[in-house]
This record gives sequence, structure tokens and C-alpha cells, in this order.
Amino acid sequence: MDRIPILTLGDILLVSIQVDLEDQLALRLQEDLSDRIVATGAHGVVIDISALDIVDSFIGRMLSTIASISRVLDAETVVVGMRPAVAITLVELGLSLKGVRTALTVEHGLRLLRGARAAELIGLPDDDEPAEPAPAGEPAAAS
Amino acid sequence: MTTGDGVEVLPIVADEDVVRVRQLVRSVAVAAKLSLIDQTKLVTAASELARNTLVYGGGGRAEVSTVSNGRRTGIRVHFADDGPGIADLDLAMTDGYTSGSGLGLGLSGARRLVDEFEIDTAAGAGTRITLTKWSR
Repeated sequence: MDRIPILTLGDILLVSIQVDLEDQLALRLQEDLSDRIVATGAHGVVIDISALDIVDSFIGRMLSTIASISRVLDAETVVVGMRPAVAITLVELGLSLKGVRTALTVEHGLRLLRGARAAELIGLPDDDEPAEPAPAGEPAAAS
Repeated sequence: MTTGDGVEVLPIVADEDVVRVRQLVRSVAVAAKLSLIDQTKLVTAASELARNTLVYGGGGRAEVSTVSNGRRTGIRVHFADDGPGIADLDLAMTDGYTSGSGLGLGLSGARRLVDEFEIDTAAGAGTRITLTKWSR
């Protein structure tokens, strides 16, 4: 089976999901990412889902699990690029992606991670509500 | 209520079949000119139920068709399995309830994403679920 490639950008791992995600592939990504965080000592993970045309409860759970695992391994996860229709559907489905940080683009995600890391290193309290508007905050009126 | 061009049937026996169901439902929804948001909702609901058919029903099939009520076009997706069925449907339809390792949003969440949701199941009698999403 294929694997989803994980790129290293300094101390950040970048994953761009470009395939229609089978459940097994999602589980493998979860394991691969945990291994790579430990192997590289990465402090951040950016997951680009702009190519995903749906996020169902399984994929949503995978994103939450990756965020939890990486946090335990001292890395912060940001999910970027969620499409508006996906965000609307996700909220209606009942998934809140608790504990998952989001940003609109890869660039915003990287900035968020670097800011969070810098704040941590100089001992500032972690700003849990980044200035980036979360895509899930789209008006849900368009149903 | 008429059934249009025929019914496309897909077996659901492996992981990749869940992806195939998503792709088929998407292409039928695009052809029926559902809005992007309605396509996304329907495909997401179909993905949840295809996975349920595989994981809880032990495999089964999906049937996708275009329907019309004279005014509007709709997509109907029917899932059927001969698995153990659902003994307590009210409980299974509750947000957050799961008999497995999932989040318990599959059935209740899928119902919220479509216009019509019919379920026919009983302990030992398999499960049949029909979803319909209408164009606006």
C-alpha cells in the first residue's frame, strides 16, 4: 500500500494529503508521523488537507489523534487548508476537532507554529487562541 | 416518484470500497447538479454508512440512483448488509453512542446531513439504510 509522504522543514514536519484517504492509509500516517517526530525531534506538524473533498468521522478522529500523540511527543499540530464545504459538513456531522489547531493556509500554519515555539522558549504563556480565523468558524447558514 | 437512469451497485467488502462508494456518490451528485455543499454532505454521509456496512455489517453493498419527485432531482443511496443488525435503534441513533471504537457519530451524523433517512434493522436481520438528498 502507498504511504503519504512526510517532508521535513527545519524542525517542522509537513504532510500534504493528496489522495482519497483509505482508512488503513490514515492509520499508517498516524504511525509514520509518530515515528518521524521522535526520529527528527520535530516540534511542529502541519497537515495540509486542502485536497480532501470530505472529512468524515474517521478522518476527523485521525486528525485529533495525531494532534494528541504529537503533543505528548512535544510537537504541536496544525491542520491547514480545510475547504469551506468540508468545514460546514464537519460541524453539522457533530465533529468539533477538539484539541486540533487550524489555519487557513500552510504559510499561516507555519507562522503559528513558529510563534508558539518562540513563546514557549522564552516562557510566555501559550496563546491558545491564535489570531488566525479557524475555517470551522464559517457561517453555517449556507446549508 | 420515479427512479431514473438505473441503479449503480457497488459491493462493500474492503477498505477501498468505502473510497469507491464516495467517488461514485460524488460523480452522481455532480451529474445531478447538487450544490458543492450538498455534494459534500451527501458524500460524507455515504462514507459514514459505507464504513458501518463494512465494519459492523461485515460487508454488504451500496446502490446509488438518481430519483425525481417531479419538481426536484435527488440522489438516493441505499446500503444493505446481512450482519448482526441493530438491536436498540434509539440507542444507536444517539450522538456519541458507539458499540465499537468509533466516535458514535456515524448514524446520527449521517442523518443530519441528508434530507431523508430511512433505516430498517433488527437483531439478527441485517441493516438496510436509505439516504436521499434533493437538489435545491
